Amino acid sequence: MITTTPMLDIKKIRKDFPNLDVTVHGKPLVYLDNAATTFKPQCVVDAVEQHYSQGASNVHRGVHYLSEKATEDFEGARRKVQNFIHAKHPSEIIFTRGTTESINLVVQSYGRAFLKEGDEIIITEMEHHSNIVPWQMLCEEKGCALKVVPFNEDAELIWEEFEKVLGPKTKFVSVVHISNSLGTINPIAKIIKAARQYDVPVLVDAAQSISHAPIDVQALDCDFLAFSGHKLFGPTGIGVLYGKTDLLEKMPPVQGGGDMIASVTFEKTTYNVLPYKFEAGTPHVAGVIGLGAAVDYVKSIGFDAIGEYKKDLLDYGTQVLQAVPGLRLIGTAKEKTSVLSFVLEGIHPHDIGTIVSDEGVAIRTGHHCTQPVMKHFKVPATSRASLTFYNTKEELDALVKAIEKVKDVFK
Amino acid sequence: MSMDSRAELYQQVILEHNKKPRNFHKIELATHDAEGYNPLCGDHLSVYLHVTGDIIEDVSFEGEGCAISKASASMMTEALKGKNVEEAKELFRQFHQLVIGELNPEKDAHILGKLAIFSGIWHFPSRVKCASLCWHTMNGALENKESITTE
Repeated sequence: MITTTPMLDIKKIRKDFPNLDVTVHGKPLVYLDNAATTFKPQCVVDAVEQHYSQGASNVHRGVHYLSEKATEDFEGARRKVQNFIHAKHPSEIIFTRGTTESINLVVQSYGRAFLKEGDEIIITEMEHHSNIVPWQMLCEEKGCALKVVPFNEDAELIWEEFEKVLGPKTKFVSVVHISNSLGTINPIAKIIKAARQYDVPVLVDAAQSISHAPIDVQALDCDFLAFSGHKLFGPTGIGVLYGKTDLLEKMPPVQGGGDMIASVTFEKTTYNVLPYKFEAGTPHVAGVIGLGAAVDYVKSIGFDAIGEYKKDLLDYGTQVLQAVPGLRLIGTAKEKTSVLSFVLEGIHPHDIGTIVSDEGVAIRTGHHCTQPVMKHFKVPATSRASLTFYNTKEELDALVKAIEKVKDVFK
Repeated sequence: MSMDSRAELYQQVILEHNKKPRNFHKIELATHDAEGYNPLCGDHLSVYLHVTGDIIEDVSFEGEGCAISKASASMMTEALKGKNVEEAKELFRQFHQLVIGELNPEKDAHILGKLAIFSGIWHFPSRVKCASLCWHTMNGALENKESITTE
């Protein structure tokens, strides 16, 4: 049998990202902070630049040439995103500032309109603060209760605990697909299926997963999906909320203003159709166009090749880090993506971060906006190397070498 | 001396205070105490003072944090012991100026003594709060605030 392994031309890919050529303290940059934000390929930079240098008109407004061109590019990008996540209609793609705003939109609109006292909302112990705090604010206002599903020592969700809290009182489930601080991939398809028994809507926080594997919102049958452009090789300040049409139709708008109306009189305003009902004001046109270019770029490389390459990197990274004496990996789920969180015995992550930075190595140190995860593992913070398809094994070797320098300083 | 490289940030004195922090315990009969918290990195410490009349007779700290924050707290307790409250406040003011790069210990008059070693930490903006958390906490304790955060 012949199996073909999709291969990445890593040298060529690295040339697509001008940021990878930066030097730090005279050393080549080793960028291992992709869970925080990814670098942008030149085609994304070009798309944004081209809009500002040759387009720069507002959308959905004028009949003049540039405005029509901007509108076409803008709505074209919406269709690219629609195809990328396999949504049924382009009007189910709402542009926001990012994952955080997408989640807040659902909480402020759906949550405030349809949840009431005594209702329960399920989240997990490994949520990013952006999928905890908005719900807590809602609970405070409405008298709802937040139910938190814990994870085990390998940072895997404890399924029995989810089944325990899921019940007739559950009125919403909001879960992270892939944990940013642990790398754990949660069984969202199974979670959505279980929630269906009680007819409960499910929001998937796809901030990390959107760049990891193909997502098909119709096959998953999720009700909402939230992600950011900047973690998908696109610009900052642009994000997406996907929602099913029937839910979005019955949800009230959160912000009022231009573009979200059909007609305005002082007596009564009627709202615009989807998705504009949720897009008040001038949108981030350049950001949307850049996101469209990012989607094209990722598609051109292909998730098969990306997945295979990243798995190989993760295996290698796990192996070389585990070989460092005194190093403990935090997050060892069987199903995980290329996030390597770790602690070094007796050395604070912040000191690690500063010292490896001197060697050109960029990792994230801190609580990664997941303080409950830190509490679970009884650590104040971790160091985190997060990898994507432009990283190499040589860069992981550079990380290990830099960690040896840290140990030298503190010996 | 500038501190624009990692080698100068992690000088022997700082590493040594990190390893063996001075006055690292709780003062049971403290007249003033406060908790300091840096939500950015999770550094967390408590500062205890025993003030008689106007004199800081004893000062100590507890908690967890990076080498910079631990060393800074340790050196702070050494610097404050025996000082009066007004001197402590002046030291706090000068230390603050130092770590944000507005006091140059080689040119400007100061009473910082050994604490001048933190000069140049402003080259590492994300680490300034590590050095100053204990001082903000100490100042808060003197002003009878219970908890201090750097955000």
